[in-house]
Amino acid sequence: MSKLKLMKGNEALAEAAIRAGCDAYFGYPITPQSEVLEYLSREANKRTGMTVLQAESEIASINMVYGAAGTGKKIMTSSSSPGISLMQEGISYIACAELPCLIVNVNRGGPGLGTIQPAQSDYFQSVKGGGHGDYRLIVLAPSTVQEMSDFVKLAFELAFKYRNPIMILTDGALGQMMEKVELFEQQPREDIITGWETIGKPEDRPSNVITSLHIKPDKMEEINIHLQEKYKKMEENEVRVETIDCDDADYIITGYGLVARICTKAAQLARDKGLKVGVIRPITLFPFPYKTYFDIADNVKGILDVEMNAGQMIEDVRLAVNGKIPIEFYGRMGGMVPTPEEILEALETKLIGGKDE
Amino acid sequence: MSEQTIIDEIKTEENLVYKKPEALKDTPFHYCPGCAHGVVHRLIAEVIDEMGIQSETIGVAPVGCSVFAYNYIDVDMTEAAHGRASAVATGIKRVLPDRLVFSYQGDGDLAAIGTGETIHTCNRGENVLIIFINNGIYGMTGGQMAPTTLENMKSTTTPFGRDVSVMGYPLKITELVAALPGTQYVTRQAVYKPGLVRKTKKAIRKSFELQKENKNGTCFIEVVANCPSNWKMTPVESNKWLEENMLPFYQLGDIKTPNGRK
Repeated sequence: MSKLKLMKGNEALAEAAIRAGCDAYFGYPITPQSEVLEYLSREANKRTGMTVLQAESEIASINMVYGAAGTGKKIMTSSSSPGISLMQEGISYIACAELPCLIVNVNRGGPGLGTIQPAQSDYFQSVKGGGHGDYRLIVLAPSTVQEMSDFVKLAFELAFKYRNPIMILTDGALGQMMEKVELFEQQPREDIITGWETIGKPEDRPSNVITSLHIKPDKMEEINIHLQEKYKKMEENEVRVETIDCDDADYIITGYGLVARICTKAAQLARDKGLKVGVIRPITLFPFPYKTYFDIADNVKGILDVEMNAGQMIEDVRLAVNGKIPIEFYGRMGGMVPTPEEILEALETKLIGGKDE
Repeated sequence: MSEQTIIDEIKTEENLVYKKPEALKDTPFHYCPGCAHGVVHRLIAEVIDEMGIQSETIGVAPVGCSVFAYNYIDVDMTEAAHGRASAVATGIKRVLPDRLVFSYQGDGDLAAIGTGETIHTCNRGENVLIIFINNGIYGMTGGQMAPTTLENMKSTTTPFGRDVSVMGYPLKITELVAALPGTQYVTRQAVYKPGLVRKTKKAIRKSFELQKENKNGTCFIEVVANCPSNWKMTPVESNKWLEENMLPFYQLGDIKTPNGRK
């Protein structure tokens, strides 16, 4: 039987990286995710030979990821909001050059230096393409320490399936809190060489080039069309969403990551009061589960969107519902975490209680 | 006897004195007449041929005039973001330590926007070769001031000459990295005369040999170069200007050799 362990989210994620057969991690300390670098520095190399390197900056980290990912190995980095901002140029290059890799953002409150407390204010940056140019990452949003571990393995599978950078977007609370986790078995570190990698040119093939530069606009448009077709395939095949008690629901509370758990508790409190409330939890933020919202909107009276930001995912919820029913918002910002009671109150006053206007 | 027959008689294996290296692609160079990039690209390719290391060499191209280095040098290559080539090279070398990895960078790339990556790559002693082309100007963007632009030297952003009281001083980054314990071989060369071309080739070969033989740290070759187009000179004038103005400040020769180490 598998063993349950009690682990911090950041440590479970780092342990999962080792077990997923990750070949190299490049990173830079930043609260609240430094445990990832610390754990890997302690554990990784001696167990699997994995390379772990503390870079001089997040900019250097992501460019080391770019170089290393070009060899076809399993490469990752992690950081928190300000550090992820510094990486955006590199992420854009990686997306255009179509290199598989994993980027973890343990989101903290912003803007600016902000706070080290948890937040979800990097939703737009993660989901809409935080760097320059038209590109997308598959964005996975864990809501438990278990998923902090499981999604690392999933992320590498998706990264190689689509030759695309994958982001795990989590937050400072999930990174820091301890919870039980069942770890998956150690996977071998193995090279999956399919022909595009820059690993040294054998005599029988032309030299490989990894670049995001295509100076002729017709060629650059071709690249863009190819990328958009790939993103469309992701939208068709990779949407992941959890619905809880939505079948008989009159109202929906929706949120991702940590907030989804608080929403679930709020929905239970509502049911205790006789209100039929369900929860929609997007697991992939890109691709977003538009259809789930669109379909459920036919059967419910309204949706309360809850986020630890000023309202970012709500734009996708509104797009999904397309005006069929009212969408209201409740959010806390700057590192504050909403309570189930606050959410229930917002549900009752903003959505159910009948608004004045 | 027709002209073609004469040519064919001359074009025999035993008469061959000069040919395109195997490790250069067929793409004609896009560089301006008199530019040093083509010469240095060729030297890298010659060394790769002579050492038989094409299959184990991975290059990193910069942003700048030599952004298309991968269109000429026939090895696997990655094109880095501006300034980040040495970080990219670090990433490659760390996961493929038995490969020979080099970055090829200009002065703006390596010594302005990429200063942090340059210093820290050298300070970690990454076992890579950094080739640094210093022509004292931003070539591709059209002749703006570089970190290595000489005092009083004109550029489009120092139209009255570089005033060091406003713009700061030309940066001798090569001396700077030589002071770091992570570098094992640091040298400054030039390619505007045949003798110097041969010396630069020797430096490139020595660097690849050191990378192959040991793990004692970074090799760093600066090539002091001209930029006839942006210096607004003919190739010949620019070579003369280089000799008279660049070389007194950027003096040629080895700055640090493996033998100089303890």
